[in-house]
Amino acid sequence: MAIGDGLASNNQRRHLYVEQQVTVGFFTDPTLCIGCKACEVACKEHNALPHDGFVFTAMSYDNTGALGASSYRHVKFVEETALAPDAPPGFLFLSDVCKHCERAGCLEACPTGAIVRTEVGGVFVQDDICNGCGYCVVSCPFGVIDRRQGPVPGAGGAHKCTFCYDRQKDGLVPACAKTCPTESIQFGPLSELRERAEARRQTLLDRGIAGVSVYDPSSVGGIHALFLTVGDGARFGLPSSPEVPTTHLRAAWSSALLTSLFAIVASALAFWGAGP
Amino acid sequence: MTSPEPQTSYHGQPVLKPPVWTWEVPAYFFVGGTSGMSGVLALGSLAGEDSLLLTRGLLWVALVGALVSPVLLILDLGRPARFLNMLRVFKWRSAMSLGVWTLIAFTSCAGTSVLLFEGYAVLVRELGVAAELVTVALSTAIALTAVFGALLATYTGVLLGASAIPVWAANRALLPLHFGVAGLGSAASLAVLLAGDSTPLLLLLAAAAAVETLLLIKNEVSGRGRVVLAPLRRGSGATRLRIATLLMGPVALAGLMIGAAELSALAFLAGSLLSRYAWLALGRESARDPRAVL
Repeated sequence: MAIGDGLASNNQRRHLYVEQQVTVGFFTDPTLCIGCKACEVACKEHNALPHDGFVFTAMSYDNTGALGASSYRHVKFVEETALAPDAPPGFLFLSDVCKHCERAGCLEACPTGAIVRTEVGGVFVQDDICNGCGYCVVSCPFGVIDRRQGPVPGAGGAHKCTFCYDRQKDGLVPACAKTCPTESIQFGPLSELRERAEARRQTLLDRGIAGVSVYDPSSVGGIHALFLTVGDGARFGLPSSPEVPTTHLRAAWSSALLTSLFAIVASALAFWGAGP
Repeated sequence: MTSPEPQTSYHGQPVLKPPVWTWEVPAYFFVGGTSGMSGVLALGSLAGEDSLLLTRGLLWVALVGALVSPVLLILDLGRPARFLNMLRVFKWRSAMSLGVWTLIAFTSCAGTSVLLFEGYAVLVRELGVAAELVTVALSTAIALTAVFGALLATYTGVLLGASAIPVWAANRALLPLHFGVAGLGSAASLAVLLAGDSTPLLLLLAAAAAVETLLLIKNEVSGRGRVVLAPLRRGSGATRLRIATLLMGPVALAGLMIGAAELSALAFLAGSLLSRYAWLALGRESARDPRAVL
């Protein structure tokens, strides 16, 4: 209890959130993460994800590199951090995941309707619909979703965290949260997690740890996978104000319509004016 | 104890994913832009005198481009066999969805126009359809070809502008103009090469070249020091875009001034094609730079 306050979480309980249409989320707390990558392994195993190459990144102890079409959880290794004034430098680990945005760029961009919102508020790619057009890839402000390159199962389609929708429908907790040994990843109703995140932030502040904040950007209408950050969010690779790309539609379409009008009028004038 | 240097990104790693699109997509931007604006020229040519042959040629260019475009788009899909899934839904908020429906509307109208144009004699003389009726139907079809054609040539700028790629989003208002004018100039250039030069075509080519020259100047003088625009300053994308706009702008204008219309047309077409590749390269470079979003 003293370390994580997380033992009261819902991580080991069966639930009826899908039936009851409760909006759920993740709360990922790097101050509790030990960097074991059990979440990555559980995710890979449950979702039967292909390997993403045996690459040595030479980047801290992180050889996963980034979230992608075959990595739905990615433990980030942020070094040179001293949590308390007298503590030695060490690591902060943050298990990154799809943010399941309230206003999701990928979902709004998808031209086939393959990407949908589930009953529990998750953003889900229907693999049997996706035709691999790639527009979601450039529409995610967090760089989460990607097209899976061949010859592996699911090749050619866009993939990202499913929020373990299949498990949730059976009343099970997502694999990453279920397996997390320190409850750094917590799963539960989103409103409850928001309170929990705020309480945790307060606890850490009371313990003298400065610069703790909850990452929940309002620019995308809030996210369903909250994070706690310590210090500058940039070193965790979390954008300070991610934008939903569709906010640019008005300016872009205005330009397109004016240009269209210009082209039609100009060509009519050119032919009419050049007449005898 | 604090770190010696402030960490301003996650080990310098990109935040965003680069576009997965390959050569087919910029090629489609070019083909769609050229054929779409050929539809616009076809409507314009109805206002001219003795230009029915040109109208016919422009409609054929529009139709051929409209038929090549979906092939390029399907080739680029990760799962080409599922291309029909594009037609499952109509989404106002997805520029890709609107673009697909625009392409379909354009193809239908260009096809109808060509059919009515080529079948005019048969319809009127052999089938006895009133000539006025066929003329009205043909004019309507050409007008719709022009409207959907203009949208086809410009929506590709919306497609890039309304994305999370910083350099594209920062140019959201410029891209549709840039691509639309490139399409207009390409359509006029292709017509010059295929049907010979005429005053209206040269006027339009000159107008397009002038606009592209202004865009080139704007790119060079504004936005210095803005991190999101850094890919426009240096890198292979910047070089390609500079060459492309030089070809479309000053080179094409100079050609027109010395009376080398065909050289101008060739330069504009080459620049127009290259500019679409340049913007894809710029997007890749922009996605790699974490400073633009952190």
